[in-house]
Amino acid sequence: MKTQFKRTPVLKDCPTHYCPGCGHGIAHRLLAEVIEELGIQDRTIGIAPVGCAVLAYNYLDVDMIEVAHGRAPAVATGMKRCNPDRIIFSYQGDGDLAAIGTAEIIHAAHRAEQLTVIFINNAVFGMTGGQMAPTTVLGQVTATTPEGRQSHGEGYPLQVSELLALLPGAIYVERCALSNVPRIRQAKAAMKHAFELQMQGAPGLSLVEILSPCPTYWRMSPSDAMQWIEDHMSKVFPLGRLKDMEKDER
Amino acid sequence: MCGNEALAEAAILAGCDAYFGYPITPQNEISAYLAHRMPAEGRVFIQSESELAAINMVFGAAATGKRAMTSSSSPGISLMQEGMSYLAGAELPAVVVNVMRGGPGLGNISPAQGDYFQATRGGGHGDYKTIVLGPASVQEMADCMLLAFDLADQYRITVEILADGLLGQMMEPLTLAPRPHRPLPAKDWALTGHAGGKQNIIRSLWLGEGALEEHNKKLQAKYRRIEENEVRCEEYRLDGAEVVVVAYGIVARIARAAVDQGRQEGIPVGLIRPITLWPFPSRQIGRAADTFPVVLTAEMSSGQMLEDVKLAVAGKAPVLFYGRMGGGIPSADELLGQIRELTLSKKQV
Ligand SMILES: Cc1ncc(C[n+]2csc(CCOP(=O)(O)OP(=O)(O)O)c2C)c(N)n1
Ligand code: SF4
Ligand SMILES: [Mg+2]
Repeated sequence: MKTQFKRTPVLKDCPTHYCPGCGHGIAHRLLAEVIEELGIQDRTIGIAPVGCAVLAYNYLDVDMIEVAHGRAPAVATGMKRCNPDRIIFSYQGDGDLAAIGTAEIIHAAHRAEQLTVIFINNAVFGMTGGQMAPTTVLGQVTATTPEGRQSHGEGYPLQVSELLALLPGAIYVERCALSNVPRIRQAKAAMKHAFELQMQGAPGLSLVEILSPCPTYWRMSPSDAMQWIEDHMSKVFPLGRLKDMEKDER
Repeated sequence: MCGNEALAEAAILAGCDAYFGYPITPQNEISAYLAHRMPAEGRVFIQSESELAAINMVFGAAATGKRAMTSSSSPGISLMQEGMSYLAGAELPAVVVNVMRGGPGLGNISPAQGDYFQATRGGGHGDYKTIVLGPASVQEMADCMLLAFDLADQYRITVEILADGLLGQMMEPLTLAPRPHRPLPAKDWALTGHAGGKQNIIRSLWLGEGALEEHNKKLQAKYRRIEENEVRCEEYRLDGAEVVVVAYGIVARIARAAVDQGRQEGIPVGLIRPITLWPFPSRQIGRAADTFPVVLTAEMSSGQMLEDVKLAVAGKAPVLFYGRMGGGIPSADELLGQIRELTLSKKQV
């Protein structure tokens, strides 16, 4: 019988701790497939965030480090500059990258560090119990916005990818989603491109933002969460390529 | 060469692969020096966006098995405490240089020793230690730097060099030579990208039942080994001394002049100078307290090392204190005055 589908060896054969319907599991799988397809398992170093994906090193079979909340781009900088032939990626949530680690990601991009960043935007702090994230959309109820997020006092959803795309040192920025199969395929293609750029030695930072469901703290069924990305989240965070220096130049 | 530059050149000699730092007075000569020397040697130099970033860049470089360092002064070292706690948890070797200035807050840029507690007690959250070296001359700025990377690699620990603005700025003759080779353990834990098909993981998170306690026990056992093997201190003119001064860093330098002057005047006074502030030379000081009636601790703080001296003396002799704060520097005359008073009051007893 012909094998149609199998587990990529970059993903370890073990159950994850993620909630049913969580996007982290899908994103891990895409990441693992990309690493396998590019043949870089033996020269990749990954950085796990503080957030629900803190245990990513238990699932991805590459050398990995777990770092302080938000500091991944600085850690990645230290790694890459000392090891230019290694492929370095960070995997970060919206609290990690867009709140506590804002300075680190902006300056890594600003210095044009040759890194690949996978940015999981699920519009909440999952790990700590579903509090407001910078990316929480207006009106969204979270543990710390019981009346729904108000622009007055709580600010507007932060569009970090748009911000980063303004920097010359960010060479590729794309926003994807995990809300249906074509979008998942596109997310994988974007991740692959972000890694390929680093492999080619392209002169800057690549970031793929992924709108990812958190059914637990959105208080929805997994399928409603997917639909909510389509109906609400992607209106605030429009999908598509924000910047690709390689393609834009042509 | 000033002390900061001596330290920087020693870092080159010690095989430092990467330097990360954010400017702050009075240690800017270190980064200015390394900004040209590191690239000239084909090594990494980055001016980071903050001390938070600098220490995390160190974390990343160290995780891949490289010799990495940062330098800063008191306010910047405060910002690094988070990263230093993670370095301790993950057991990564690193070197952090603190050219102390006056505090608290922005304080001033004068020399001070107010960060002793922060350096020797761990500093960040959690139950950990860093090795702390207290140089007392330009030569020792270099020597401590050379030693620091070996100690860091041997024990997988952060070594903090605790200097001050005066040591950083002053100029003295210097001999630079590499340290004799010390056999060091292989860095088979380093992240190099699946070397030999085996995944390496570096982390400070231990979630399993009892796992973190086990990890802490392992750390503490390592700290005991360091206490056993790495204490360094200088004993100066202790023969027949009735007053023994305990001081480190630049204050020890000044105290040495006071001791010499006192001896000329016939006062039996000597000096114990801790070179490792952690591990602290408690045994040496305790032994001295058995024989010498009075101990005088002198610091550029309100009395921080004083606590360690008292613990070491354990009530066997009176421990007195003379300190200056906020950038004030004690003169040899001031210290000698203290010593004279002590010997006088002793005679009266
Ligand atoms: C310095 C520090 N502050 C706060 C925390 C607590 N904390 C852990 S995860 C987290 C937010 C995670 O949210 P996000 O990055 O969006 O990841 P998610 O769990 O949603 O995937 C916070 C605030 C911490 N670990 N360290
Ligand atoms: S809390 Fe949300 S982000 Fe975290 S594992 Fe559960 S579904 Fe995923
Ligand atoms: Mg989140």
